[in-house]
Amino acid sequence: MSSLTHKDTPPADGYVTEDGRTIGGVMMEMKHITLRFGGVVAIQDISFDIREGEIRAIIGPNGAGKSSMLNVMSGFYVPSEGEVWFRGRKRPPMKPFQVAQQGLARTFQNIALFKGMSTLDNIMTGRVTLMKTGLLSQAIWWGKAQHEESEHREKVEEIIDFLEIQAIRKTPVGRLPYGLQKRVELGRALAAEPKLLLLDEPMAGMNVEEKEDMSRFILDVNDEFGTTIALIEHDMGVVMDLSDRVVVMDYGKKIGDGTPDEVRNNKAVIDAYLGVAHD
Amino acid sequence: MSEQFYFALEVMMNGLMAGVMYSLVALGFVLIFKASGIFNYAQGVMALFAALTLVGIQKGEIPFAHVINATFGTNLSTFGWELPSIVAIVLTAAVMILMAVLIEKYVLKHLVNQEPIILFMATIGLAFFLEGLGDLMWGSEIKKLDVGLPQGISETIETVTNNWFGYGFFIDRLDIIAAVVAAILVTSLTLFSKYTKQGRALRAVADDHQAALSVGISLRFIWVLVWSIAGFVALVAGIMWGTKSGVQFSLSLIALKALPVLMLGGFTSIPGAIVGGLIIGVGEKLFEFLVGPMVGGATENWFAYVLALVFLVFRPQGLFGEKIIERV
Repeated sequence: MSSLTHKDTPPADGYVTEDGRTIGGVMMEMKHITLRFGGVVAIQDISFDIREGEIRAIIGPNGAGKSSMLNVMSGFYVPSEGEVWFRGRKRPPMKPFQVAQQGLARTFQNIALFKGMSTLDNIMTGRVTLMKTGLLSQAIWWGKAQHEESEHREKVEEIIDFLEIQAIRKTPVGRLPYGLQKRVELGRALAAEPKLLLLDEPMAGMNVEEKEDMSRFILDVNDEFGTTIALIEHDMGVVMDLSDRVVVMDYGKKIGDGTPDEVRNNKAVIDAYLGVAHD
Repeated sequence: MSEQFYFALEVMMNGLMAGVMYSLVALGFVLIFKASGIFNYAQGVMALFAALTLVGIQKGEIPFAHVINATFGTNLSTFGWELPSIVAIVLTAAVMILMAVLIEKYVLKHLVNQEPIILFMATIGLAFFLEGLGDLMWGSEIKKLDVGLPQGISETIETVTNNWFGYGFFIDRLDIIAAVVAAILVTSLTLFSKYTKQGRALRAVADDHQAALSVGISLRFIWVLVWSIAGFVALVAGIMWGTKSGVQFSLSLIALKALPVLMLGGFTSIPGAIVGGLIIGVGEKLFEFLVGPMVGGATENWFAYVLALVFLVFRPQGLFGEKIIERV
């Protein structure tokens, strides 16, 4: 953190974190994003960046616009104003599936898994963007397609081992408890080998033990695969331990941005979370 | 063994074969229901439309000929050529794919996220539209469809069984072909949906649209794909039924016979469509044979529906359907 001198803008070529990880240049940049639904302004003129290898958190009280921001990032919403830059290029308005094909994977606040399919099939589905063989060879299950399928299957088994969910490989995910479903969803996102992983409240509704597990997985993903992660969280404690830099939102506006320590001591942030005395 | 027993056996086998024909129609329903949760009322009409188009293309008929004639007082009927069956079938398959693209573009795209009942209504509209279009394009008279499939009693089977059992079984060769075709279709479709990228994407879309988008699946592509496959299955069903009983507009009513098949087999299971069809086929024929004479016959008209009703009471998801589990 010592190298991070300026509050809002770390040096362009990256910085070194407290625990000695090197953070690279800007991977995704949100420039003056505004999102309106009719007369309601969900996000108002927010800018921030996410850097290569970083764990970036977006926090804020209920209704602050965090999920809306994540939906803008993953292409589910098109911003009313502002630009999204991804890996050095301005992103034209695109469909969520095209955003996914660019190397961005996400999870959802209210788990969106394929409930009737097994854990294995769910995670295999995550690799759709990486499968190259055409419709025809897939249809007749010939040559390259066959080879490719087993290759992908191997990768998926690695992810299953990594997330320690070997035992539920064949179970339809609709039958799994909540905490495990969250883990399978993380697995599906990882299967795409994303450049940037967006997690929408990965720890919502979990007990302490499950939260610790999930935190460990998030840190390991970042560490072992070098995946850049942006996450939304409610739980301040978890966020402060996990992330390198934090954006704080309140009523659709950005009220703070910086390292966890900086954010914790920011007056606007304290006011938003604890309330202000009116006198 | 008694003559009576062999006769019952023969009835049963003919029931199996008739069941296969029902299954072919039911298969199209299952495909679309699995991938989009839509009950496609137009499946039967699609089979009719495919058969009409096939005959038209094969015989070199000019589409909309009688409309043009009525409007301009001309006297057009055919281009004057006859295409080989295989070419005509490939061309018809192309027409069915084009139809899938148009259905996605002009119907489904505008109804994303609507209630299933609204989508169902849309397919009823589609059924009427296609029926009318088929009439306008190719005329409403009954047509003979001949793509070179063998028909009539198989003498080989009759002789062989006669030598073995002393009783010759009467089995239509077309029914045997239909059974083989159905087996191939079901095997390949099941493998496709289980082990390929597109198949998995198809199941994913059926399960959760939002999640499918987030992993990079294009909903529109999957819909076109599914309706194309359903169109192809309709073509196969159209060929079989058309060869068997001529291409006529009552063909669209076989869709109604597919309903009890689906209730038995389950709306979401491809093998279920086959097993359901076989049970209905055999049940119908045997019931007519055993109970029919006691109640004055004509049980084939209602037996399937009553059986389906009984099933709804005891196993609403069908034999192979997915049981809906809701975690609370």
